[in-house]
Amino acid sequence: MEKIATREAYGKALVELGQKMEKIVVLDADLSQSTKTVLFAEKFPMRFFNMGVSEADMMGTAAGLAASGFIPFASTFGVFATGRVYDQIRNSIAYTRLNVKIAASHTGITVGEDGASHQALEDIALMRVLPNMTIIVPADGGQTFQAVEAAVAHDGPVYLRLGRLAVPRVIPEGTPFELGKAQLLRQGSDLLIVAAGLMTGQALEAAEMLEKEGIQASVANLHTIKPLDGEFLIRMAKDTGAVVTAEEHSILGGLGGAVAEFLAENFPLPVVRVGIQDTFGESGTPRALLQKYGLTPESLVLAGKKALKLKNSPK
Amino acid sequence: MPVLTDTNLEELKQKALKLRRDIVSMIYEAGSGHPGGSLSVLDILVLLYYKVMKVDADSYLDHDRDRLVLSKGHACPALYAVLADKGFFPAGELGRLRKINSMLQGHPDMCKTPGVEMSSGSLGQGLSVANGMALAARLENSLRRIFVILGDGEIQEGQVWEAAMTSVHYRLDNLVAFLDFNGLQIDGWIRDVMSPEPLLEKWRSFGWHTLEVDGHDYRSLAEGVNRAFAHKGAPTMILARTVKGKGVSFMENKAGWHGKAPGKDEYEQALSELASAKGGGVSHGKDSY
Repeated sequence: MEKIATREAYGKALVELGQKMEKIVVLDADLSQSTKTVLFAEKFPMRFFNMGVSEADMMGTAAGLAASGFIPFASTFGVFATGRVYDQIRNSIAYTRLNVKIAASHTGITVGEDGASHQALEDIALMRVLPNMTIIVPADGGQTFQAVEAAVAHDGPVYLRLGRLAVPRVIPEGTPFELGKAQLLRQGSDLLIVAAGLMTGQALEAAEMLEKEGIQASVANLHTIKPLDGEFLIRMAKDTGAVVTAEEHSILGGLGGAVAEFLAENFPLPVVRVGIQDTFGESGTPRALLQKYGLTPESLVLAGKKALKLKNSPK
Repeated sequence: MPVLTDTNLEELKQKALKLRRDIVSMIYEAGSGHPGGSLSVLDILVLLYYKVMKVDADSYLDHDRDRLVLSKGHACPALYAVLADKGFFPAGELGRLRKINSMLQGHPDMCKTPGVEMSSGSLGQGLSVANGMALAARLENSLRRIFVILGDGEIQEGQVWEAAMTSVHYRLDNLVAFLDFNGLQIDGWIRDVMSPEPLLEKWRSFGWHTLEVDGHDYRSLAEGVNRAFAHKGAPTMILARTVKGKGVSFMENKAGWHGKAPGKDEYEQALSELASAKGGGVSHGKDSY
């Protein structure tokens, strides 16, 4: 199957939408070849601003463009797009509700060989605690295109989380995309696996493996981490009684954190989180890193069994 | 381009006296706030809002209005006094500064206060935002101008220098920046805390067109603005020499009045000093620092 990185799909989507909407402008901090904003820069040089290696200034400049009616996309690697500029995003973008789209590439452990300094594993957590912020984590190239469209249509700050690694299509073509609405990709009554980003594909594989052992798992893609689709989660929790979360991010504060917090308050049931276990990453190939840090279908199978055991143990 | 007659000058001085009384009163009522920097920056705001900027209460959402970013957000009582006087919101709101459910927050909130173009308060971010606004004006071939006011302590923030490069790199000559150079920051004289010197040389070496004016002399300020407008191809930084606490004798040049409200006796003395037609205060911009 043809694979495409979500950052690549993002670059192409910018060009296509930029053609239709002249209010779209793009900023980058000296990484346009890697974030793929170079595609937009080549097509619309007057609407592209390279800010050099100065991410804080880039976020402020984007805020000023948005305050004047433009729709700026500000791109750099996930570590530099969040933690490095947290206060700029907090005060100049989120507090002001300005229409800035922060599109971060190179998120998660699959950044690979560059190592821990460049692997954003806590970016969702940082963005999730900011009021007014919307967070989208596309699962594949097709969904990335829909996510960019949705980000443009939404008036307000958006954090779009993209990856470096080429990934196969996991969301069937033609699946509608609605901001804030989870997508049920597979139905099974024993447990629910909620996944985002490239872990969506891993979750679908895990469900196949579980089926061979007689366990029926539902799989949902939660592309919008914030606002969270609470109604969907409650409905699925009632149907299945056990939940596993899957993300290429720390288990603290990301998708798993959001789902666990929500269900603890609204429909308490076992929730087992698969993700980075509160540790930094390291250099290695994406595949080796996914293995070492437990972001595999096998890990999800074990987590599913743990969730089922908790579900069936006497209260 | 502002040209000031003797009558204009007298009107601005009387206006500034009234606005300084508003500043002291609202901070006294609030029981907290930043009088020192509000009083030092006021005359810059008065010249801009009454003689330079194309913006008024009836049309402040016009897309082609001039815009001002108060990057040193803690001086917002000065901005609030001007905006209320110009009718952006009822003057009665000034008495609600920093109180619950007020449109006048302790630091500027563009979502709550009509006429505030950008939220600020976390220092160092306003020049970047102003750059974005200036780029937007250029993209739209608009003649609107962008003004930004920075504090002298504020420029210790690294982001200011990132932004200083950007303004020059993109040749933003539709941008005019002011440095409210009162010489004091919370912990004392800036030359003692973290010296920015050589100050004008720094901005010049970044490629800025620089000017130095007396920040409490309207003719000097107006001359600076005229020269900024006339300069093409680079942004202008107007270093305005000011007096922290200007107009209230016991507040002038005192770091202690950075972020403290006056007590009742101090408040009454301040109002009585600011009632005199002289214009108040004992120090001139060039005396400080």
